[in-house]
Amino acid sequence: MKGLSGTDGRGELQVPPAQQPPTQPPDQPPPPQAPPAGLSSKVFNPDMSVIGNFVGVAGKNAFSDQPSLQLTEVEAAFQAIVDPYARADFFLAASPEGLEVEEGFITFTSLPKNLLLKVGKMRAQFGKVNPLHTHQMPTADRPLVTQNLVGGEEGLSDAGLSLSYLLHNPVVFLEAIGEVYRGESEVFQSPQRSKLAYVGRLRAYRDLTEGSNIDLGASFAFGPTDVAFASLPEVPETDVPTLNKRLFGIDATFRYRPLRRAIYRRLNLRTELIWSRQELPDDLHAAGFGAYGLAEYQFARRWYAGVRADRSARVLDDALVDTGVSFFMTFWPTEFSQIRGQFRRTNFAEGISGNELLFQFNFSIGAHGAHIF
Amino acid sequence: MKGMKGVKNMKKKEDRNRMSQWALAPAIGLVIALGYVPVSRGAAALKVVATTEDLASLAREVGGDRVTVVALAKGYQDPHQVDPKPSFILEVSRADVLIAVGRELEIGWLPALITSSRNSKIQPGANGYLDASQNVRILEIPTGQITRAMGDVHPQGNPHYWLDPANGRRIAQTIRDKLVQLAPADRAYFDQRYADFDKRLAAAEQRWNATMAPYKGTEIVTYHRSWPNFMERFGLQVIGYVEPKPGIPAPPAHIIDLIGEMKRRGVKLIVVEPYWSLKTPQAIANQVGGRVLVLAPSVGGVKEATDYIQLFEYDVTQLASALKQISGK
Repeated sequence: MKGLSGTDGRGELQVPPAQQPPTQPPDQPPPPQAPPAGLSSKVFNPDMSVIGNFVGVAGKNAFSDQPSLQLTEVEAAFQAIVDPYARADFFLAASPEGLEVEEGFITFTSLPKNLLLKVGKMRAQFGKVNPLHTHQMPTADRPLVTQNLVGGEEGLSDAGLSLSYLLHNPVVFLEAIGEVYRGESEVFQSPQRSKLAYVGRLRAYRDLTEGSNIDLGASFAFGPTDVAFASLPEVPETDVPTLNKRLFGIDATFRYRPLRRAIYRRLNLRTELIWSRQELPDDLHAAGFGAYGLAEYQFARRWYAGVRADRSARVLDDALVDTGVSFFMTFWPTEFSQIRGQFRRTNFAEGISGNELLFQFNFSIGAHGAHIF
Repeated sequence: MKGMKGVKNMKKKEDRNRMSQWALAPAIGLVIALGYVPVSRGAAALKVVATTEDLASLAREVGGDRVTVVALAKGYQDPHQVDPKPSFILEVSRADVLIAVGRELEIGWLPALITSSRNSKIQPGANGYLDASQNVRILEIPTGQITRAMGDVHPQGNPHYWLDPANGRRIAQTIRDKLVQLAPADRAYFDQRYADFDKRLAAAEQRWNATMAPYKGTEIVTYHRSWPNFMERFGLQVIGYVEPKPGIPAPPAHIIDLIGEMKRRGVKLIVVEPYWSLKTPQAIANQVGGRVLVLAPSVGGVKEATDYIQLFEYDVTQLASALKQISGK
């Protein structure tokens, strides 16, 4: 063990306190100090980080082709301030399917009237799970309702604009978000330039005590899909009207984290309910509903345990409803890595059940920017 | 033809879609109405948001009644582990001045708040953004290759620099200069407030120096590397930490080594911040026949530490009392 170095040879310490004059230093700042190692050559580089997500699966699931062991994603992030008016964030995701820009957007931070504008490719602000990157998830997978109704792992992620407005009022934190997307994602598929996808979200947040808070949201998404093309092959593509999809979701989160023991205790309770309405040919539609409830509790400095209950209809056949339950436990060696085990039971609408054991290693290097709460 | 019939039906459906979108109008109206609820704001006082209660206290000392001051992190919570809550976004969005500790202490939460604040005045580089560390004396700036193998190390040096009254004075000077820049008409007021604080701090420093003088050179252990400025200022030697590396929980081997080192050197005191569990430090203290002392690392860390001067008053008194009990001096 080594004591602190550098406590010798400092002028202030060599003078016995009784002989010290009043300790006012001059108004001048202390002598210049050496810049941190390597800082001068890298000062304008963006914050760079790489996050690896390795997932293993054991057990049976007739509907899953997830391999037994896989580096499912490597996320490389580059984040920096562009100029006095904006910052930029790029997230590149490399997976067995290839390399893609998961997100890449500029955020204009200095707009008037409490506005915040993002332009680029983004994960849409629909609900709580869709905006999250894989490494931010409290579980090794995404809820069934996300898989069935909101585009699965890729989710609602598209090129577009996101404008959010902070509605100052004395009661709650209230934020309204309006987004316009090209309509090219796992959820929406636009057949032409003029048909876009739209997402809206209203979020209300309030501190209940200094250590607890409630977070409520309502989200709406509307956009074209390519369902009609598959069902009307004999009609010229230009004459095929668009079959739209609507998604409506509400979410509620309760958090408890006692400030004096914030390092050791935390409780998150969350539910998200999503309704989907997919138009079908012949004036028909499929209306699906799905939801999950999740509880996560930190019971020691580096340990979390939780449970998630799932239920969701299928997007094109609302008569088919899958259900599931997961139990998970996460160990954080440090804030830069986590090891998670999860037992997942899924009861598929066809009457088949899957029991799986998932384990996940999540690890990051570099400087990864803070995520918003 | 079935396909064409389907086309007609879907055209009608598109019309209905447009109509149904109008059903959202009342909800949108409510949102806009809530957005225009008048929010009471201070008349002319500058709104200062400080990331910690220490900086908030110093801003109050200098700003007096010409500023309103809000602190984000509480003094009894770990300033590394603060949630970037939306309620903080509201505070930052209304700030004229944002004062940060800097040196990456708030790296895990402040950047997200600043980006979401929509407040151009306090963006990094803007006039309202103040890094309080710019003129202070920083210790433990790493040299050479820095990696996470060193734990949660701060590449720009130890950020707990406010725990030296000399640095507190420098922070107050920096805040005074910023307030003068933003409200030049109040220069004389801020100068007078600073001079008064400086005088009271100097008097208190003489008292603290006298109190701590008998214990100069005493060796102690601390939990985290929160105290280098404080211990250097009062001449105490930190010979080890309960954490093997910053932010890393202690494995048994490290605890055994630490106990051995404390026994060999006769170290009897472990200083702990109020947000750490006392279980491990107490077990170590029991082994060495010593004691654990909880000190306040920040204003508000204990109820007696009501402002920046009272923070040192409390810590010095408690530390001297513990050292007297241990050493008999």
